[in-house]
Amino acid sequence: MPDVDLRGIPASEGIAIGPVHCLRPGKPEIPPRTAGAFEDESRRFDEARQAAGRELAELQSRLAERAGAEEAAIFDAHRLMLDDPMFTEQVRRRLQGGAPVEQAVAESAGEIADRLASMSADVFAARAADVRDIGNRLVRILLGRPEASLGVLREPSVIVAEDLTPSEAAGLDPRMTLGFCTAAGGLTSHTAILARMLGLPAVVGLGESLLTSVVDGDEVILDGGDGLVWVAPSASRLSEYRARQEARRRWEQAWRAAARGQGRTADGRRVEVAANVGDLASARQAAASGAEGIGLLRTEFLFLEASRPPSEDEQTEAYAEVFSAMAGRPIIIRTLDIGGDKPPSYVKFPRELNPFLGWRAIRVSLDQPDLFVTQVRAILRAAVGHDVRILLPMVSRQEEVVQARRLIGRAEADLAQDGLPHVEGLPVGIMIETPAAALLVDVLGKTSDFFSLGTNDLTQYTLAVDRGNARVAPLFQTLHPSVLRLVRSAIQAAHAGRKWIGMCGEMAGMRAAIPILVGLGLDELSMAPASIAEAKALIARLDGDQARRLADEALALATGAEISAKADEFLREIGWTS
Amino acid sequence: MVEASVVVTSEVGLHARPASLFVQAANRFRSAIRVRNLTTGSESVDAKSILGVLTLGVLRGHEILIAADGTDEREAVQFLVELIEANFAEVEGA
Repeated sequence: MPDVDLRGIPASEGIAIGPVHCLRPGKPEIPPRTAGAFEDESRRFDEARQAAGRELAELQSRLAERAGAEEAAIFDAHRLMLDDPMFTEQVRRRLQGGAPVEQAVAESAGEIADRLASMSADVFAARAADVRDIGNRLVRILLGRPEASLGVLREPSVIVAEDLTPSEAAGLDPRMTLGFCTAAGGLTSHTAILARMLGLPAVVGLGESLLTSVVDGDEVILDGGDGLVWVAPSASRLSEYRARQEARRRWEQAWRAAARGQGRTADGRRVEVAANVGDLASARQAAASGAEGIGLLRTEFLFLEASRPPSEDEQTEAYAEVFSAMAGRPIIIRTLDIGGDKPPSYVKFPRELNPFLGWRAIRVSLDQPDLFVTQVRAILRAAVGHDVRILLPMVSRQEEVVQARRLIGRAEADLAQDGLPHVEGLPVGIMIETPAAALLVDVLGKTSDFFSLGTNDLTQYTLAVDRGNARVAPLFQTLHPSVLRLVRSAIQAAHAGRKWIGMCGEMAGMRAAIPILVGLGLDELSMAPASIAEAKALIARLDGDQARRLADEALALATGAEISAKADEFLREIGWTS
Repeated sequence: MVEASVVVTSEVGLHARPASLFVQAANRFRSAIRVRNLTTGSESVDAKSILGVLTLGVLRGHEILIAADGTDEREAVQFLVELIEANFAEVEGA
């Protein structure tokens, strides 16, 4: 173990070396003042809320551009808080008591935040930061001060904070940001997600000692891959990390060069590298990252946030936008994959003891054909002029494919009758994410045109492990021999029937899994846009025979731990990792 | 005034999505609606305020008391109780 100064949770890979910029909680100092008439103070409160609403809308659109609409949705919650009756009532009561508006706002937000922060459950305490953020914003506006954003950094810096608030994150200038260290937060904290989206290194959960260990201008080394931070590092440590940083820069250049071409092994075997996409922003990111297509377009984004099902026209427009972003590259669109664990408000979901074994995905679609047919009609209309394929989620029986195809046929006939421009005869494929489907690929191939392996659910169902359950989460191993055997058998059966088979689960983007998957003969790997460049470069380094031997050896091993060790050893042998 | 108590069974209690569904539902009624957490013995808060509902700290298994006062008080209490009893699974004749 190195004699490291601070150890935290590795949240986003990469190395940053540079001066620290500390973000102290931005509580503005309020100069004392005698309150004016209640009506005047009250009017200023309303004006400040309007101004704050405009600032939040602006921040939201900036963050949406950089990190996607889903990430930016946090500001919807902030805007709601501005008009929340509990907050506005408390402020008014204080104004009636003769307090100046700045003080009334600061005290009210502080009181609500303190109550939330004092709760034992983290989920409530986490909202306290949002309330403080809103209170500080209003006070700053009332004092007539400009937004003290991270845009004012004069030199590229490593940002140190308790945890970034969403508005701090949205306000930062990526050109002046080298990386992030935060005292709080975990892998799914706002800072961690944002850092990965921006491709900046981050270490989170460093503990409160972080905030007392550094001051502005201190030089630090931040190692986002191992979760380490050195303060005022020695010359030898600095030169070691400068060399690692330089090596990384060279790989990244090589990756970027590889990202422009097609995925191909060193001996010329084609492996398509595509992106998993969940909305328009991620489709744009995919196109810019060198994705050869979309291997999985999730459509839930249109359904989960709304209070009613999106209309056919709304869906047609949304799909057409995503399709156009890919400029002619192939797109695999998955039909609605909802269940009792993530129910939209307008579908009646019965309470289920076991939602993952319950009424979900294609089972819902076939029971509620109106919802399904509307979506299919929108896909067929939006697909005019694009290369689109339809993917059915969570199939476990051949009858489901037959029924779904019948409904697709009905949608085609109806569209023709309605005289609406659309396409017919799109390829229809199925997701292999249940052991039932993986074992039945030869049969299912008779009624479907292609396959895509969904390894997250396939792992969960094969190993009987709910990865959302912390007690058993360590048992969730995608490289478990049983999972890999199902993957191999599915690939062999698909190819025996001359069908194309890809993979869109998390496994497809795992560095350690890629050589094995190439060795097993997958036609395509679909992953998060940020992983594409490295995946293409890694595939280009592989020799087809060598990868096949690796896959054979790995699948002969007894445990997931042995397979992981074997995969890591292979990456070291080919010089990919050290 | 009409009031009724109900036990919250949703996994996350009254937080995140359940909390916002509850507040959205309360806002559809004209009556003044207050809610308090009987399990923790909290003060009552405005059921139309998301911050108020969050400060109740309702976890799975807590019992809450909903009280409405106004022209549609009966419908309001009935609807909110049903929403919680159905574990937020069904909303308005979907």
